Amino acid sequence: MLITLLFVFVLAAFVGYEVITRVPPLLHTPLMSATNAISGISLVGSLVLAGSNHGLVATILGFIAVTAATVNVVGGFLITDRMLKMFRSRLPGGGDGREKQEGGSR
Amino acid sequence: MLGLLLQVDPAGAHVAAAGGGVRDTAIQLIYLVSGALFILGLRSLTRPDKAQRGMQQAAVGMLLAIIGTLLHHDIVRYDWIIGGLLLGTAIGYPLGMFVPMTAMPQRIAVSHMFGALAATLVGVAEYWLLRGDVPRPTMAALGFEVLFGAITITGSFMAFGKLQGFITGTPITYRGQNAANLALFAATVGIFVFLVVQPDHPVLFYAMVACALAIGVLMVLPIGGADMPVVVSLLNSYAGLAASATGFAIGNTVLIVCGALDGASGLLLSILMSKAMNRSFGNVLFGAFGAAPEASGAAAALADRPVRSTSAEDAAVQLAFSREVVVVPGYGMAVAQCQHQVRELATLLEKRGAEVKYAIHPVAGRMPGHMNVLLAEANVPYDRLFDLDEINDQFDRVDVVLVIGANDVVNPAARTDPTSPIYGMPILDVDHARSVIVLKRSMAAGYSGVENELFYDAKTAMLFGDAKKSLETLVAEVKAL
Repeated sequence: MLITLLFVFVLAAFVGYEVITRVPPLLHTPLMSATNAISGISLVGSLVLAGSNHGLVATILGFIAVTAATVNVVGGFLITDRMLKMFRSRLPGGGDGREKQEGGSR
Repeated sequence: MLGLLLQVDPAGAHVAAAGGGVRDTAIQLIYLVSGALFILGLRSLTRPDKAQRGMQQAAVGMLLAIIGTLLHHDIVRYDWIIGGLLLGTAIGYPLGMFVPMTAMPQRIAVSHMFGALAATLVGVAEYWLLRGDVPRPTMAALGFEVLFGAITITGSFMAFGKLQGFITGTPITYRGQNAANLALFAATVGIFVFLVVQPDHPVLFYAMVACALAIGVLMVLPIGGADMPVVVSLLNSYAGLAASATGFAIGNTVLIVCGALDGASGLLLSILMSKAMNRSFGNVLFGAFGAAPEASGAAAALADRPVRSTSAEDAAVQLAFSREVVVVPGYGMAVAQCQHQVRELATLLEKRGAEVKYAIHPVAGRMPGHMNVLLAEANVPYDRLFDLDEINDQFDRVDVVLVIGANDVVNPAARTDPTSPIYGMPILDVDHARSVIVLKRSMAAGYSGVENELFYDAKTAMLFGDAKKSLETLVAEVKAL
C-alpha cells in the first residue's frame, strides 16, 4: 500500500515538474492561485472528518477544516478565472497579425 | 479509520461489503478523473488563450472530487459538512471576486494559510482519534503533514502581514537568530523522529505542532519584503507537501497527486525566483538581505555625483518623438497603482507611431508574475510583455526606457561591481538603451540598500514624484503636443 502511494507521489511530482516548467512567467501568478485552488483538495480529507461520527472534537476540527479548504476552493478558482479572463481578452481593434490569427483559431 | 478508502469494513455483511466495494471503486474512479482534470488544467496554463477554459475544467474536477467524497461510507452526518461548505463559500467568494489585483500577493499568501490549516487540522484529528495507537508509516505521514502544515500556517500569516503592511517589511534580526532557529528546528526534527519510533506520546505530538508553528513565525521574521516572491513560492510548496502527506496518512491518492503537483509548482517557482536574484535558498532564508547595508566606497563616491532631473514637459517630448519605447515596471508601480496610467501613456505613444514594449524582470514586485497580472488588468496585450531573456539583447535599439518604480533589477552594478551585494544577479540592461527616464519618489536606495549607478548615468533623466501623478502629467503633456 505504502509503496503504491509512493509511486503515485513520485510520478505525480514528475508530471507536475514537467508541466509547470512550461508555464510561461507571464502566467506565474495565475499558476500560484491555481495550485492554491487545487490544494483545496484537502477538503476531501476534511469532509470525511466532519461527516463521520467520531465525537465532537473531531467533528469541530473537521468543520473548521472544511471551512478553510472551501475558502481555498471557492476563492482560488474564482480569482484564477478572473485573472485568466484578463489574459484572454484583448482590446478589439488594437490587434496585430498575431492576435487575428489566434482569434481565428479559437 | 477515517480515510482508508480501499479498506472495506470486515464486519459488514456480504451484500453490504459488495455494495461498499462498488461504491469505493466508483469513488476511486471519480478521483482518477478529477486528478486528470487537475493536470490538464495546469497544462492549459502553458497557453494564455486556453488557460481559462482549462482551469474551469479543473474546477469541475474539484466538484467531482467533492461529490465523490460525499459518497464515502464513513460519512454519516451532513450538518457540519453543509455548515462548513456554506461558511467557506461565504468567506471564499468575496476573497475571489472582490480582492483587487494590486492586493494579489497578500491574497495568495493568506490562502496558503487556509490550505495548510485544513491539512494540519485533519492530521491532528487523525492522531487524536487513533489515541496513540498509530502504525509507524502513518505516524511518519502524520508528522510530515502537521510539520509542513503548521509551518505554512504561521509562515503564510507572517508573509501576509508583511505584504499587507501590518508587520514591518524590513527584516527583523537579532543576535544569535540563526542559531536559535536552528536549535528549534533540530529539536522539532528530534521529536518527530522519536514519535515515529514511539508514536504513543500525545504531549510530544502537540509540542511538535507548537514548535512547527513557532518555526513558521521565526522563519519569516528576518525575511524582507522584496524576498517575498521566494518565501510565498516556498510556502506554496509546503502547503502542497502537507496535502500530499495527508494523502499518505489517510490513504487517499487524489490528495497525494494534488499535493505533489502543488509541491512541484511551488518548489520550481522558488528556484526560479532565487535564480533571478542570483542567490541560494539558504541565503534568502537565512541571509537577512539588506538588514545592514554597508555603504561601500563606490556607493559613497556615487552619492556626490550630479543627478540629472527632468520635468514632465521635457520627458513627454522625449517620449513623444521616440520610435521604440520600453517600460520597465517594478514594485513602485504596484505601490502607486498606476498600471492604468502606464497603459494610457503607452496607447498615446502607439497612436503617434511608436512601438511600446514592457520588460518584466522575474522578481519585479512581490510575487512571481506580479507585474504581468497588473498590466493585464490594465488591458495591456500580453504579447507586449517580455521576459528578461527575450528583451535583454534588444535594449541597444531602444530610444527611451521608462523605469517605473524599479531599482535593483536595473542596477548595472550587478554586472560591473564584484563588491556589490547584488553582483551576478541577472538584470535588465536598460543602460544599453539610448536614453532612460526613471520615475522615482526620491534618491533612496533600493531594497538591497545598494546605490544605483544607473541614476547617475549621463543618459539617465530622473522624473521625481509620485509615479501616478507623474504619469498623469506625462499623459496630459503628450496629448497637448
